[in-house]
Amino acid sequence: MSKPREGRAGPLHWLGDFLDDRTGWRGLIHEALYERVPGGARWRYVWGSTLVFAFMTQVITGLFLWASYSASAQTAWESVWYIQHEMTGGWLLRGIHHFMAHAMVVLLALHLLQVVIDGAYKAPREVNFWLGLVLMMLVLGMALTGYLLPWDQKGYWATRVATNLAGLVPFIGPALQKIVVGGPDYGHHTLTRFFALHAGFLPATLVAFLVVHLALFRKHGLHAKQPITRPDGMFWPDQLLKDTVAMLAVMAVVLGVILVPAVRTMLAGGQVDWGHVGAELGAPADPSQPYAAARPEWYFLFLFQFLKVFEGWGATGEFLGAIVVPGLIMGVMFLMPILGNWKLGHRFNVAFTLGIMAGVAVLTGLALNEDYYALWADKQQVAEAAKLFDETGGDEAKLLAAVGGDRAKAAEIAGQFDSVEKIRRSEAFLAAVQTARADGERAAELAGRPERIPPGGALELVRRDPLSQGPRLFAQHCASCHSHVDPAAPEAATILARSSAANLHGFGTAAWMKGLLDPEQVAGPAYFGNTAHKDGDMVSFVQGDLQDADAWKPADIEAVIAAMAAESGLGDPKTSPAVIDLGRDHVSNEERCGGCHRFRDNGTDLGIACDLTGWGGREWLVGLITDPTHERFYGDTNDRMPSFGKAAEGSVPRLTSDQIGLVVDWLRGEW
Amino acid sequence: MTIETSDSRRGFFAKVAAVACGGLATLVPVAAGVWALLDPLRRKAVAAAFLPVTELSAIPDDGVPRQFAVIADRVDAWTGYPSEPIGAVYLRREKGSRKVEALTATCPHAGCFVELEGTRCFRCPCHNSTFSLDGGIVQPSPSPRPMDSLECRVGETGEVAVKWQNFYTGVAEKVANS
Repeated sequence: MSKPREGRAGPLHWLGDFLDDRTGWRGLIHEALYERVPGGARWRYVWGSTLVFAFMTQVITGLFLWASYSASAQTAWESVWYIQHEMTGGWLLRGIHHFMAHAMVVLLALHLLQVVIDGAYKAPREVNFWLGLVLMMLVLGMALTGYLLPWDQKGYWATRVATNLAGLVPFIGPALQKIVVGGPDYGHHTLTRFFALHAGFLPATLVAFLVVHLALFRKHGLHAKQPITRPDGMFWPDQLLKDTVAMLAVMAVVLGVILVPAVRTMLAGGQVDWGHVGAELGAPADPSQPYAAARPEWYFLFLFQFLKVFEGWGATGEFLGAIVVPGLIMGVMFLMPILGNWKLGHRFNVAFTLGIMAGVAVLTGLALNEDYYALWADKQQVAEAAKLFDETGGDEAKLLAAVGGDRAKAAEIAGQFDSVEKIRRSEAFLAAVQTARADGERAAELAGRPERIPPGGALELVRRDPLSQGPRLFAQHCASCHSHVDPAAPEAATILARSSAANLHGFGTAAWMKGLLDPEQVAGPAYFGNTAHKDGDMVSFVQGDLQDADAWKPADIEAVIAAMAAESGLGDPKTSPAVIDLGRDHVSNEERCGGCHRFRDNGTDLGIACDLTGWGGREWLVGLITDPTHERFYGDTNDRMPSFGKAAEGSVPRLTSDQIGLVVDWLRGEW
Repeated sequence: MTIETSDSRRGFFAKVAAVACGGLATLVPVAAGVWALLDPLRRKAVAAAFLPVTELSAIPDDGVPRQFAVIADRVDAWTGYPSEPIGAVYLRREKGSRKVEALTATCPHAGCFVELEGTRCFRCPCHNSTFSLDGGIVQPSPSPRPMDSLECRVGETGEVAVKWQNFYTGVAEKVANS
């Protein structure tokens, strides 16, 4: 039986009394809330509470994410894609988790700064300060492990670097690396282990430390800002109101970061694709694909930049930069409570902390400046230097000759070469970021098709996607000779001048064929101009026979163009069949094209010129790239084109038939 | 012991405001999580469709059921499986008949896979629900209804197609999942 309390009645109070008698909850709540705040509530005390709130947010959103995440090399990216693009509110859930992690790092810095500046680390609170440092490292560890879990290119490459650095730890490094990675290579176990660390070991440890941290905080009481000038206040509700307002503000900022781009799209009258709102998801991790946009998250960027200080020192440099120096800094921070006992110790601690933070800020700024330099650099000013740099390759003697022996001018130009190179590096990085973003969006688009992702994972989808793989294969294998540029583009002339084989942009279309049959162009750089066929039969035919207005009326030429475009399957479907038939007659006519070219069942032997049957079609192009020396194509008149799909006995061809298919599909615009 | 704040009216306002702010801030991640967690509710089961299962000649006309796999394209969240076995049916026909009876292999009691016991009857390995060869209940049986029959079509050229459906288990009425 509960004893009656004065002036209170009703079932709710009865239940409260009933439970209080058995649990003492009123006392616990009282103890938790009624804490004296010396000098009254202040905004500067809110950081610890906001950190607890941020952590709680991460636990809540993390658990819900866990309900839909699958940690394996074939399902991690896929399940995150599904959360982000398919599940209702998934983008919001993931966005909050992602950006609250960023907020947590900022709040950590603020909390640390407040504690050091206020001297809250001094006796008797040393142990709590040390616990705080451990908590900080745990949070950073969770940030690091969480970055890998989506298994996209960004997280994959950044984490590879981080685990390779862990391998530099003396004696145990290589073993440590293997344990964390789950073997000598990245794979399923890397994910299962990182996931267990991120969602299990680290947060459990963090909770244990946090409980002690809070218990000690209550034991010692709040460390008030000195000197105390105002009357004491109460934690509840004075300080707690400030704390909760700050929590709400943190959440508002996080929501703002997620939603502002979407709101701007809406205000501009656009349609918001919610799958692209919130945290970015790159293309699925691919160890075989370079990733030039690899950078750690912004809060580790300073470390990335710091390592550059030791460039040229090899592994020793990385060991110093990634392990020794950060270790020493942490060591000094652990000693702060002891140093604080000396008269000047506190000043040193404050100066040290501010110095480190300034250093971090400067390094981060330097890193950002290097990466984004091209956005604000004055390119006009170094335009001449850039041109000379391209011409001379930075060689001093050549430069001197290029400026006509003017030594002063050469020195001035050479002085700008650094700037030119900086701009070039930055431009390359920005281009890589663009490519990475486009790849990520393409991967998401492919995954969203009704047939979904194959059981082998999204990487399969990306690897057999002509749109993303075609340009890469082309750049790697074809672009050293062929160009692929819209002739109408402003940069076309420069690019065509550099190429030594035909421009394959729009190959198979009527526009391409029209250019080939144009006497002005056929011997130009977009066609045979830079090849051995420059003085060949085709060029003399186009510039000679085809100009005979009696034999070749413009309508005849148009018909041939239409017939060839129809042959490739890339022609205008509205073309009249009569025109195409006329064109086909001309192409097979042995008095016209058929004199050299075989076409369907006309009688010309193969081997004189390429077979025009199915010209520009998929099968034809695959055949040509596989083996241009085949009698169907150039036979022994082949200029320099390698047989990409043919290899000597026992060796591997330059391109697999799948890869050739990807290049062809991309060239033909089929994806 | 009670500790009053200096101004109790102001104190009351501060308490309400603190609870409101804290509650609102915490509500955001909870709401986002619940929203995503409830995502499956708006997903519908694939509409029932006739799926080709086998040829008429593959079903002996002896009145004894034979087990066949049902093959279809299947999408499981993010993964698409082209032509995969998605379930099993028992097909049976009488001597000389072109009419095929189809029973799903899912037990209407609790969803286990019903097995054919020799050529005598069906028995579910989980709770011993027993059914005759035409799917009828053999008492005593924990199953509330006979085995679920499926619509079956036999084409001109002998291809056998079954209208593939799943039904709620444990209830007396046969109701298709949606």
